[in-house]
Amino acid sequence: MTSEPGVSRRGVLGRLWKILGIVAAAEAVAVIGAFLWPRKGKEGARGSLVVAGPVAEFTPASVTPFPAHRFYLVRFTDGGFLALSSTCSHLECSVPWNEKDRTFPCPCHGSVFDMTGDVKSPPAPRALDLFPVTIEGGIVRIDTNRKIRRAHFEPSQVVNL
Amino acid sequence: MPSDSQPQPSARKPGGFANLLLHLHPKMVPEETLALERTFGLGGAALILFLVLIASGALLLFAYEPSTERAYGAVRALEDEVPFGSFVRAIHHWAGNLFLVVAALHLLRVLYTGAFLPPRRFNWLLGLGLLALAALGNFTGYLLPWDQLAYWAVTIGTGMLKYVPLAGEALVRMARGGSDVSPKTLSLFFVFHIAIIPILLFGLVSFHFWLVRKAGGVMRKSPEEGPAARPRLVPVSPDLIVREGAAALVTIAAVFLSAAIFRAPLEASANPGLSPNPAKAPWYFMGVQELLVQIHPTFAVLVVPLLGVAFLAGLPFLRYPEPPDGSWFRSTRGRKSTALSVVAALLLTPTAILLAERGLRPDRLFPKLGPSVSAGVIPLAIWVILVGALLVALVRMLSLSRFEAVQALFTFILVAFLVLTIVGVAFRGPSMRLVFPGGAA
Repeated sequence: MTSEPGVSRRGVLGRLWKILGIVAAAEAVAVIGAFLWPRKGKEGARGSLVVAGPVAEFTPASVTPFPAHRFYLVRFTDGGFLALSSTCSHLECSVPWNEKDRTFPCPCHGSVFDMTGDVKSPPAPRALDLFPVTIEGGIVRIDTNRKIRRAHFEPSQVVNL
Repeated sequence: MPSDSQPQPSARKPGGFANLLLHLHPKMVPEETLALERTFGLGGAALILFLVLIASGALLLFAYEPSTERAYGAVRALEDEVPFGSFVRAIHHWAGNLFLVVAALHLLRVLYTGAFLPPRRFNWLLGLGLLALAALGNFTGYLLPWDQLAYWAVTIGTGMLKYVPLAGEALVRMARGGSDVSPKTLSLFFVFHIAIIPILLFGLVSFHFWLVRKAGGVMRKSPEEGPAARPRLVPVSPDLIVREGAAALVTIAAVFLSAAIFRAPLEASANPGLSPNPAKAPWYFMGVQELLVQIHPTFAVLVVPLLGVAFLAGLPFLRYPEPPDGSWFRSTRGRKSTALSVVAALLLTPTAILLAERGLRPDRLFPKLGPSVSAGVIPLAIWVILVGALLVALVRMLSLSRFEAVQALFTFILVAFLVLTIVGVAFRGPSMRLVFPGGAA
C-alpha cells in the first residue's frame, strides 16, 4: 500500500469527522437562529395617528401630556406646536413635566430637558425625540408611528398654524 | 475502600449520600488550608447559596405564571395568600443577593492571596465567568415580578446596549425580543432565569471545583513547589467535612434569618407610561448607574466596564517576577499600599462627585466639544493620569513589586466603584439629585 507521509487513512477519517462535526454545529446554529429570530408584522403597529383635539384647546405656553401615547404636546407662546416623546433620549425612562421649573427632569439619571426638548443638563447626549404634528381644519394630529431623532432643537421643527 | 493509605479497621463504610460527598473530595488535604483565614469558607458558601436558590426557585415556579397579564398577580398572591409564600420568595431574594456578595468576596480572597496565578489561572477566568452568570441570573430574575421596579430596571439595563457602536440597536432588540420591554422580554428572561443560566452555572461550578482539586486544593501560604513543598496532611473526613458543614449551616441560617425579618420588595404593577422617581437599578448595577449620571453613556456602559473586565481577566497574565506566595496582601508593604489605595479612593471619588454636583464637570465646562469628548474622553483621561501618577508615586515611595503595584491599582478601582455604588444606592433622591439618606440635601 502506498501512503504519502503524514496522511494516513485514520487521519483522513478523523478529519472527516471533524468537518462533519462543524457542519452539524453550523446547522444547529442556523436552526436555532431561525427559530428565535423575531418575526415581522406582529409588532410595528404600536403607534397610531393620534387626534389631539382642536387648536383652541391648547393654550399658548402650555404642555399637555398624552401618557397613553407617550408624548407631550407643547404649545409655545407664539402659538407653534411641538410633539415631544416622553421617552428620555438617554436610557428610555419616562420623563415627567415639572410645571414649576418648566422642565422635564429625568428620574433615572438626572438629565434635564427644557420646554423645546433640548438638553439643559447632561448626561443625555441629545434632545428628546419628536413626533410629526399636522394641523388640518383646526385639528391637531400626531403621528406616533414616526419618531424623529434630532441632536438639538431648531426653530424649524416647530409646527405653526 | 481504597488501599493507598494505612488501613483503618474501625472506620465504617460510608453509604449513599455520604459516599458521594466523600467521592467529590480528595482523601487528604493540607492541614494549613483548613484555617478559616485561608478561605473564610466563601466558595463553599456560594455553592450552598446556589443550592438554596435552586430549591426555593423550584418552589416558586409552582406559583408563578410567566405572562405579563398574570405574573404580577401571581407574585402578589405569593406575598398575600400562599402559606409561607412571602417567606419562600424572601429566601430566594436574599439567597440571590448574598450569592453575588459571597461570590464577589470569594473573588477578593482569591485575588489578595495571589491564588489567581498559574496553575490556577484558567480557574480564575472561569470564576469571572461564573460571577458574570450570577449577575445575569440575578438581573433576569429581576423582571419576573413585573412590577415597577422590574419594568424600569430592565428598560434601563437593556437600553444600555444601544450605546454599543454599530450593533447597539440590534443588541437592544435581541435582549428585549422587540423594541420595548414586552411579553416577549418576559418569556425570554424567564427561560434564561429558570433554565439556561442555572444549567450553565451547574456545569461551570462543577468544573470550577474540579479545577481546585486538580491544582492541589486551596492556595497555601507555604511554598507549593520545590523541596519544602511537603505539607502536613489531614483526612478530609472529618477535618474538612465538619468545617464545610459548619459553613453551610451558617450560610443557610443567615439566609433564613434575613428572609424571616425582611420581605422581598414588591412595588406597584408595571406601568410603561410612568417611571418611579427616582428609578434605580438593582444595587449591584448602581455603580454603573452612578457612572451614567456622571459621564457619557458609551463610556459608562462600554468603555469603562470593558477596561475593568480586561484588567480582571488580564491579571494572571501579567508577568510577576517575584515567586508566588499565598500570604494575604503578599507582604507588609502590600498591606500598607492596599490601605493607602483605599484611603486615596475614599478621598478622591466623593470629591469628584461633589465637584461634579457643583457644576465642575467637563461636559458643563466645555459643552462645545460634544458629549463624547467632554463627558467621555476628558474625564477618562483625567482619571487615568491622576491614578497613574498616584500609582507611580506609591510604587516609588514604598518600592513596591509588580504584584503589589497591581494589587494597589485593583484596590483603588474596587473602592472607587464601591463608593459610586453607595452614593447611587443611599445618596441619590428624586431626579437623582444628591441627598443625605433620610433627609434633605
